Amino acid sequence: MRLVVRNLSKTFSMGFFSRRHVEAVRDVSFEVKGGEIVSLVGESGSGKTTTAKMILRLLPPTRGEILFEGKDVWRDLKEREELREFRRKMHAVFQDPFASYNPFYPVERTLWQAIELLGEDLSKQDKLNLIKESLLRVGLDPKDVLGKYPHQLSGGQKQRIMIARCWILKPLFIVADEPTSMIDASSRGGIIKLLEEMREENGTSIMFITHDLGLAYYVSDRIFVMKDGRIVEEGSPDEIVLSPKHEYTKTLVSSIPKLYKRMEDLV
Amino acid sequence: MVEPLLKVEGVRAYYKLGRVFVRAVDGVSFEVNEGEVLGVVGESGCGKSTLSNVLMMNLRKPLVLVEGRVLFKMGNGFLEISSLGREEVKKRLWGKEMAVIPQSAMNALMPTIKVRKYVEHLAESHNIPKEEILEKIRIRFQEVGLDPVWLERYPFEFSGGMRQRAVIAIATLLNPQLLIADEPTSALDVVNQKIFLKVLMQMKKRGIVKSIVFITHDIATLRQMADRMVVMYAGKVVEVSPLEEMLRKPLHPYTKGLLDSVLTPEPEVKDRGITTIPGAPPNLIDPPTGCRFHPRCTYAMKVCREKEPALVEVEKGRKVACFLFTEEIA
Repeated sequence: MRLVVRNLSKTFSMGFFSRRHVEAVRDVSFEVKGGEIVSLVGESGSGKTTTAKMILRLLPPTRGEILFEGKDVWRDLKEREELREFRRKMHAVFQDPFASYNPFYPVERTLWQAIELLGEDLSKQDKLNLIKESLLRVGLDPKDVLGKYPHQLSGGQKQRIMIARCWILKPLFIVADEPTSMIDASSRGGIIKLLEEMREENGTSIMFITHDLGLAYYVSDRIFVMKDGRIVEEGSPDEIVLSPKHEYTKTLVSSIPKLYKRMEDLV
Repeated sequence: MVEPLLKVEGVRAYYKLGRVFVRAVDGVSFEVNEGEVLGVVGESGCGKSTLSNVLMMNLRKPLVLVEGRVLFKMGNGFLEISSLGREEVKKRLWGKEMAVIPQSAMNALMPTIKVRKYVEHLAESHNIPKEEILEKIRIRFQEVGLDPVWLERYPFEFSGGMRQRAVIAIATLLNPQLLIADEPTSALDVVNQKIFLKVLMQMKKRGIVKSIVFITHDIATLRQMADRMVVMYAGKVVEVSPLEEMLRKPLHPYTKGLLDSVLTPEPEVKDRGITTIPGAPPNLIDPPTGCRFHPRCTYAMKVCREKEPALVEVEKGRKVACFLFTEEIA
């Protein structure tokens, strides 16, 4: 098992005098195999992004454990070197390609940083070649991108650079939080294909965090449906979409407009 | 016989920025028929929101109408609303004949002004007794599934779905003939989206509004309710077609690309696969020559780079602007 999540919970406490507690994630458990693509599907506020942040080691859990390659990411990673290793093997592609870049630096800075993270002893020219190759791999012409600042590129281009970064690092696990939500439908397919190729070539496991059941249905091997911090249903895409069991999943599936079928209860 | 309610003829509406123009709507013609739901679909930056402003004659600098006419049916004839100023159209038609649910309907209401105040405003600007209109809104609120006590509350207390329904209740209070909905559901979760669509279709079924123009990037939503479709690309209309026929056989390569990129949870989508249209939509300050889609089109021919294809009827009720279909005619 590449990733094991057991009884994961996160409670946020708010307020000074009268403390309120919000249970964002409640007792979530699941496993992800090597080379597997899974999706965590839920509406905003379902706790899916909080779960992703805990897995990425960006937010400490209140209870539970997260084992990545057999190591508890919150308890076993202590040395700087171990953390670096973790950052190299577990990678995130975020929703907002605009927020992932520092506007004061050219966009390829994120790729240079990835190469530093690799820790290999390469000459500057080799590094540059690697960057160029990674850009070509994701369908970008290095001429169009190198030296450009974030505001000069489109959302799709920026999202592709984040995937070029993945390609350099060849992580074991990618957490993709709404990776296509800021891109036009006509370019979305390209991003999905790139991520699928990462899986084919390197056996990367991918976890999509999304509200878009259409996306999850298309790309995943397994889907987890989250509601109010809990996983309410889990199954293959066909099981979830064609024969949902939980009431919430049923409502969700029947509320999504389809292309090949007209909703009968609309008028 | 279908009668048009609104006619758009050769409209060019540009944003004038210093010495350059952003050609957001560039030579667009189509009709909105009585009793239909017309879907306008296109990606971000194709000019579809500008189009909604043109239909309402809501033109404010830097947006200017450069050319063309917009005609609205009034009585037995057509009123050329494009020859009237914004203020005149606002006074004579907004609310009574045509209304809009804007993209930002979530934010259309000031959070600190009670919803009732908005309705009273409406009464004032249309010289209708306050009590009469308040009675009407109470009924309308119930029809859209909101308790009338919410009239006494502030918009910030509403959830997104409720706010959207409050906006539609207020917008349709004077039974406008035409309702323009500009991405009304994109900020809602799917469950609230469906509730909203139901409310919208009820409005039409019960004759509160006659026709609806629904503008969105989401074809799957339009598929649920539209009768006809207008496909926009880079400020141009590239295809006009009845919905079912367009789904069965899209004509314009862009329409096909758009349909093939839709990801809905359906086995058909998995079988079909997902395709990507190469490249990105053009800059509307300096759009490509000829057909604006040619740099991204896999079928592009020499003529596509040189000449601009006209929107031509190629089958009954179906128009397309593409040399693949109209070359011999052109």
